[in-house]
Amino acid sequence: MANLNQLTVAEAAEKLAKRACSSEDIVRAVLSSIEKTDKQVGAYLTVDAESALAQARAADTARTKGENKPLLGVPIGMKDLLNVKRQPCTCASKILNGYVAPYDATVVAKLRAAGAVLLGRLNMDEFAMGGSTENSAYQPTRNPWDLSRVPGGSSGGSAAAVAADEALATLGSDTGGSIRQPAGFCGCVGLKPTYGRVSRYGLTAFASSLDQIGPLTKTVRDSALLLGAISGRDEMDSTSLDVPVPDYVAQLGGDLKGLRLGLPREYFIEGLDAEVEQSVRVAVAKCRELGAEIVEISLPHSKYAVAVYYIIATAEASANLARFDGVRYGLRVDGEDPLDQYGKTRAAGFGQEVKRRIILGTYVLSSGYHDAYYLRAQKVRTLIRRDFEAAFKQCDAILTPVAPTAAYKFGEKLADPLKMYLGDIFTIPVNLAGICGVSVPCGFTSEKLPVGLQVIGPALGENVILKIGHAYEQATPWHKEKPEISG
Amino acid sequence: MTSAENKPSGRIDVRYVAHLARMHLADDEIARLQPQLEQIVGYVRQLNELNVEGIEPTAHAIPVQNVFRADEVRECLDHDAAMKNAPLAREGQFIVPKIIE
Amino acid sequence: MNFVANIGLEVHVQLKTRTKIFCGCPTTFGAPPNTRVCPVCLGYPGAMPAMNSEAIRLTVFSGLMLGCKINPYSKMDRKNYYYPDMPKNYQISQYDQPLCLGGGIEIKLADGSKKMIGLTRIHIEEDVGKNMHFAASSGIDFNRAGTPLMEIVTEPDIASADEALAFLEALKEILAYGGVSDVNLEEGNLRCDVNSSVRPVGQDKLGTKTELKNMNTFKGVYRALSYEITRQISELEKGGRIRQETRRWDDLAGVTLAMRSKEEAHDYRYFPEPDLLPIVLTPAQIDDWARALPELPENRRARMMRDYGIPEYDANVLAVDQAVANYFEATAKLSKSAKSASNWIMTTVLAKLTEQHLAIGELKITPAQLASLVNLVEVKIINISTAKEVFEIMFAQGGEPEEIVKAKGLAQVSDTGAIEKFVDEAIAANAKTVADYKGGKEAALKALIGQVMKLSKGKANPGLVNDLLKRKLS
Repeated sequence: MANLNQLTVAEAAEKLAKRACSSEDIVRAVLSSIEKTDKQVGAYLTVDAESALAQARAADTARTKGENKPLLGVPIGMKDLLNVKRQPCTCASKILNGYVAPYDATVVAKLRAAGAVLLGRLNMDEFAMGGSTENSAYQPTRNPWDLSRVPGGSSGGSAAAVAADEALATLGSDTGGSIRQPAGFCGCVGLKPTYGRVSRYGLTAFASSLDQIGPLTKTVRDSALLLGAISGRDEMDSTSLDVPVPDYVAQLGGDLKGLRLGLPREYFIEGLDAEVEQSVRVAVAKCRELGAEIVEISLPHSKYAVAVYYIIATAEASANLARFDGVRYGLRVDGEDPLDQYGKTRAAGFGQEVKRRIILGTYVLSSGYHDAYYLRAQKVRTLIRRDFEAAFKQCDAILTPVAPTAAYKFGEKLADPLKMYLGDIFTIPVNLAGICGVSVPCGFTSEKLPVGLQVIGPALGENVILKIGHAYEQATPWHKEKPEISG
Repeated sequence: MTSAENKPSGRIDVRYVAHLARMHLADDEIARLQPQLEQIVGYVRQLNELNVEGIEPTAHAIPVQNVFRADEVRECLDHDAAMKNAPLAREGQFIVPKIIE
Repeated sequence: MNFVANIGLEVHVQLKTRTKIFCGCPTTFGAPPNTRVCPVCLGYPGAMPAMNSEAIRLTVFSGLMLGCKINPYSKMDRKNYYYPDMPKNYQISQYDQPLCLGGGIEIKLADGSKKMIGLTRIHIEEDVGKNMHFAASSGIDFNRAGTPLMEIVTEPDIASADEALAFLEALKEILAYGGVSDVNLEEGNLRCDVNSSVRPVGQDKLGTKTELKNMNTFKGVYRALSYEITRQISELEKGGRIRQETRRWDDLAGVTLAMRSKEEAHDYRYFPEPDLLPIVLTPAQIDDWARALPELPENRRARMMRDYGIPEYDANVLAVDQAVANYFEATAKLSKSAKSASNWIMTTVLAKLTEQHLAIGELKITPAQLASLVNLVEVKIINISTAKEVFEIMFAQGGEPEEIVKAKGLAQVSDTGAIEKFVDEAIAANAKTVADYKGGKEAALKALIGQVMKLSKGKANPGLVNDLLKRKLS
């Protein structure tokens, strides 16, 4: 039974239901794929093969007893900032070295309840801060399409594992594009749900008002399938929305007739790579062909989004990361007094990018600067939110590039943090507005690097963007292409 | 230590801010961070172009309020699980260097 | 030069909830270290707070009792500071939109006059853990971390240690009345930070203040403030200056001392807590809670004096505890003498309860039974010493006083014929005393009454004995 690791979640679920293969077969196929290619890709930080196989066998036994949960026996990989009971959760940081989670994140509990096998932990930028996964304290992750290039980030491991068929699907988190951008760089489907659609309980927080968990998958159908499994109100996360979860898969299908899709003029700007722009414009034409009406819209405050984001996200992060002090868990460097211990532990445990952002976030909240930076940024956030509210009066969804460029070379942007930050210019506004967006493969550059199309929807408009993404995907060949990984 | 307030805008006292964030940074780290942070701060200052008078700040991405929990007991972590991750523990407590009051 | 003091209190009150403010761990006191903890109150990666609705209700309820304006819109904020007992290194508190604003408590001064102490605000926040000290290190127990607190902040209206004490006692009583806190000081249910400054009479501007942190007994506050005010005045009189600083009360030495730890510039970097949503209270919700408001202690005292004609002293004793006041009122309503009912409760009932370490709720005697006992004395069926005997039986086993009196044959003899027999016997046997009385010695009558009571084995109605003796000897 070859290539079970190449299955989509939907295909795997179907095969399992038909007993065409066992969960153990699939998990073994995935493990051997990891064995074979992860030396090059470096997507996984840890793989607990024994536990994965035990879960798979348990799922197979359950199935023989007549159980038929939607994801029974399907292996799913986790970004390393999601707490899974009895597994490490380092957030790719040295400061959480040795930490073993004593509890399950709500999404993990939901996946368990749906029968999924939890397989391995995926590399990322330390504490999700970065866009290339180069900020992992442990290892680089390479783009399966070109091993000399980054997979994007911060969910780089989650995207690379899916692209390399080292996983059927994975979960990531997206604060400013951390699911959609690596999905775009690696040629898979990445969904950032509406803020509050998915419980954040158990997701190690970067920026609490922006973070959202979402799936990285091989197809839009899988994205819909996993979204349905992880969504819903959770008492443990007060910001999770008390809104019924529709059957996202059932709403897929059909063409785009009757849908108005907006093209924001501010997104086709200087700095947007010509090949990327070309791919996106062709994709837009395809959507028109599929029956959508294309309208030009304006999101006038777009150019301020990166500035707003780097104030709000770092401010929240400066508090969220204050808990890493070596008292209750993780790295501890002894000091003369508690505060000295904190200073030494945090200096030794955090990487450069994390330190940079903690300092920035502390600075913009500090006495004398709070109003000039933080409060002002919150007000401009309101303007950005209103831009989208106005836009969605004219259209059902918005089409944009995912990122200004395709995957870049290692080290290319490391020396210039601001340049790196500007790579998130098309994804950040979605987080600031709390709405949803999905990245769908829309072609390749001349160097055979994937390009992503972002479909942005209004709050709780996941069904709309998934439908659009699915129609586009089914009408194009991009999602069927596989990278050739040469060692 | 000086207060951040006393510093002219644009220039960041990285050492002071790092102290507020409890990170003992080495001199070379500070020297490296200084221009980067000032570049970023310079960039975010473009927000000053906008007139935000009368605009409500957005603290939450969703317009929801009054989300409460009933006053009902849930299971605690068992003591061993709570202490398992502790870098240093004694007599069931988390140990820190002596606190001087 | 004469000085006046300005004192402001920040009182942290533990709210009476079953669970912590943001998680389901119980708020048990005295559990072994780190056994009432979970990922939320230990500040684990990924854990999130969820607001306990009861903490909100109790705080708003307190605000209503204290005459505060209830803020229709309030929110939670993060207060950033690093300390080992603070698991997340930020405290979830309220910054610029607290639940309650304004309000005040009227206190009684030594000269009998009244003074209003204004409140600035009341907000809710989470408590921190507890530090314990070993020889070369400190240990942290996070059981207390996340306990719901409301912080009541006063205006600097308090002018002396006496006023501070009066304020705290009045506050404690009101909070107990409302059932919002156990106000158990031994368990740290009520702790306060004390800000004080002095200024010369005639100067409007407040002097430089010092802060005394984490005082957990009223006596401590009183002594520390007495010391601190005197210290500040004498410092100024010496021509010195007051340093703005945090000081610590050394109870053994009876002095306040500057804290040894480095004075850190406070920059709390408050910002709205993204994990918790705003709290919006409608007038309907507030009214609904207000319906359960108790009569406040001050009002109750006044009403009890008016309705039952009891003296202020009695009202003060009885109204300290709501349950006692309820018991009194129920008893008084059925008693022929409210004052007698008050006497019984103030002396006998409360003394007995204290002696047995019982609460009034555990008393076997119902108000109706106590009223019957009071009435048996009032109508002279039994005398007071018999009544005390009956009370002992009722206290131990319960039961109706009439039945006890009957069963034990304790009723007073009010039959004139029977008493006359004893009176005659006494007169015959005490010729000398009789002569004394007739000679003008009033005290001799008492001795004769005593003799009659002795002959009747205490059952003779003393009033009747008195009347009969006087008649026979006149």
